[in-house]
Amino acid sequence: MKSTDDSTGTRYGMVIDLDKCIGCGTCVVACSAENNVSVLYDESDKTRNINWLKIYRITNGKEFPKTEVVYLPRPCMQCANPPCVPVCPATATRSDPNTGIVSQIYTRCIGCRYCMAACPYHARDFNWYDPPFPAGMERYLSPEVSPRMRGVVEKCTFCHHRLMRAKAKAYAEGRRELKEDEYTPACVEACPTKAIAFGDLNDPKHEVASLIKSRHAFRLLERLGTEPKVYYLSTKEWVRRMADNYLEGELEGRP
Amino acid sequence: MDLALIPNGVQRCSLKTFVLWSLLWLALIAWGVVSAFLVFWKGLNQTNMNHYFAFGLWIVFDLSLIALGAGAFFTGFLTHIVGAVFIYSFRENLRAIINAAVVIGFICYSAAIAMLGVDIGQPLRAWFIFWHANVHSMLTEVTFCISAYLGVLTIEYLPLILSNRKLKQLPEFDIFGDTLHHVVALFAAVGTFLSFFHQGSLGGMFGVLFGRPFAFREGFFIWPWTFFLFIHSSIAAGPCFTLLCIWVTQKATGKQLVRKATFTLLAKISGWLLATYMIVKIADTIAWAYGVVPRAGLSFMDFYQAPYGVWLIIAEIGIFGVIPAIILITPKFRERDNLLVIGALMNVIGLVINRFVFSIQTLAVPVMPFDQFMTYFPSWQEWGIGFGVIGYGILIFALSYRYLPLFPQEPALNPVEVLGGVVTDSGAIKRS
Amino acid sequence: MFPFVFEWSWAWDAGRIVFMGLLYMVLGAMGLGLLYAFVMTWLKLTGREELYERLWLRFPFTLW
Repeated sequence: MKSTDDSTGTRYGMVIDLDKCIGCGTCVVACSAENNVSVLYDESDKTRNINWLKIYRITNGKEFPKTEVVYLPRPCMQCANPPCVPVCPATATRSDPNTGIVSQIYTRCIGCRYCMAACPYHARDFNWYDPPFPAGMERYLSPEVSPRMRGVVEKCTFCHHRLMRAKAKAYAEGRRELKEDEYTPACVEACPTKAIAFGDLNDPKHEVASLIKSRHAFRLLERLGTEPKVYYLSTKEWVRRMADNYLEGELEGRP
Repeated sequence: MDLALIPNGVQRCSLKTFVLWSLLWLALIAWGVVSAFLVFWKGLNQTNMNHYFAFGLWIVFDLSLIALGAGAFFTGFLTHIVGAVFIYSFRENLRAIINAAVVIGFICYSAAIAMLGVDIGQPLRAWFIFWHANVHSMLTEVTFCISAYLGVLTIEYLPLILSNRKLKQLPEFDIFGDTLHHVVALFAAVGTFLSFFHQGSLGGMFGVLFGRPFAFREGFFIWPWTFFLFIHSSIAAGPCFTLLCIWVTQKATGKQLVRKATFTLLAKISGWLLATYMIVKIADTIAWAYGVVPRAGLSFMDFYQAPYGVWLIIAEIGIFGVIPAIILITPKFRERDNLLVIGALMNVIGLVINRFVFSIQTLAVPVMPFDQFMTYFPSWQEWGIGFGVIGYGILIFALSYRYLPLFPQEPALNPVEVLGGVVTDSGAIKRS
Repeated sequence: MFPFVFEWSWAWDAGRIVFMGLLYMVLGAMGLGLLYAFVMTWLKLTGREELYERLWLRFPFTLW
């Protein structure tokens, strides 16, 4: 369950171009619809409702006309050195060494929320309520994703069920390798500006493998050593500075 | 009415007075039961916890109760192990309070486990921690050890229950209780081993969170420094909590229950442990502020924002840390009853602040620069469970005091006149 | 918790051996202590105390 960060094998990751993101929220809606995320009767308390993908609105803090606003979608970072995995007392979460995806076993989770305390990205949400599923609503649910019960933790899985679907299709066609566009999470597919790229970070043929080498690429809270697999691109320096904590003078002279 | 159940050689108030007095604690327990029912029925939305505050009042209570219940294992360790082999005066003095310490420990651990049962999202799945144990998680270690230790405390409580006057009349109970008494050192040793690990793992739980620079600590192999700090603070404050409980009982019953030498011994041990703890705590805080904090790109003041301001660390270390340490290690302050109790109380408060800081403040502090500093205040249901366990504890202790020979020195310190004679020990009546 | 496990890979690594080993030792010590208490009580109740002497059931810690 330790780091799966090696340059061999498959390592699924995401690159989100913040210069392209317009903060429309389509990715959030697509994710919630795809993954049977429950909707409360009152969704206004954003510290209690569930959204696997959250969009943060960040600004450079300057006065008009120098104000700049950027929208930052934040899925689960699927860390290669996840702080949440070793702390679960019931082994309900696991980092898959074959794909790099951090999974959650909803039927094993006892709801102690220790993993939520451990995650600095607040990627994990808890079912504080009994998820309401009014009669008839079950017809719109996706059969590939199990809905969650109250009292368990859930989070973004990089639409792992889509990986299973793609692998099954490939196997039926007699091959083991997946093409780059065969497995894409719902948010990647739905984004109208194509701001999110997804693929195997270890495969040089995939777009994400070259994007992460860009000098504009960065990750959130890299200093903590979590090795997140979600990268961001931004040409704006102030956005890069907002990705991590820096002491005064630490970033001077950086390209 | 219940005279047959009251131990020999002591006086107790009438049953009617006792029942009336218990009504307050029963009311608190009722509040707790209602709150627990609501949480089980409607879910954890009955609390004010949210995605930011995954831990709330109950975790603070649990951490504090388990730390304060450390008086049980530490007194047992000093009495049965250290006292039997190295320092005999420990054994003589601490025997007077070992029963009370065991009862307090039993109350603290049973209450903590009950509260944890309400706190988790799926209480019926609690056994998964045992069945699907993740040995690398500090929380697994905590759960195993506190469960086993509750078993140990029950076994240590049993001889005391069986020495009730009525129950002792049955030869089975009499002999069994006596035999358990002979092997108490084994259970004290097991209890010490278990307690060392779970007091430490509770600290380890927060020290391993490398995603939370406020709580994270370097350490020794897999054990962060908070592992050792939590053990140290629990054995410093636990005896003081035992002392306070007995002092409150003395005030409530109007009797002296233990000799002053026992109190001053507890205070001295506690005081020196607290003083040494203050030294390592200050050293650890400085090392963290110059090590972990700048490495995460943060500065000390980034972690302190109203209402969780700098006053918290000043209170924890300065006011409720150094001052009670000075009071308790200075003999002439220790000898004065008022100062002794104030010192003990401040010690306990300092420990509770420490546990609060590690759980609530850790979660309040944002890590991502664009995230918010959050605040939290418990709901009435959360307070209900908290006060409910306090009511439960007081009631169990009161019942133990009323019907069990909790304080062996009590008959000698409060001689009871019966039929012109003085009863000074259980069952013996000296005619004058 | 038990020697057989259901996890996804061979789970008997060093960490598990140490953890479960210590747990079994603790539970074993508690169990032995309780067993001693039950057996001694039964012997005393049924008046078979001389059996206890002959069987050399006297453990060092019972000198307390």
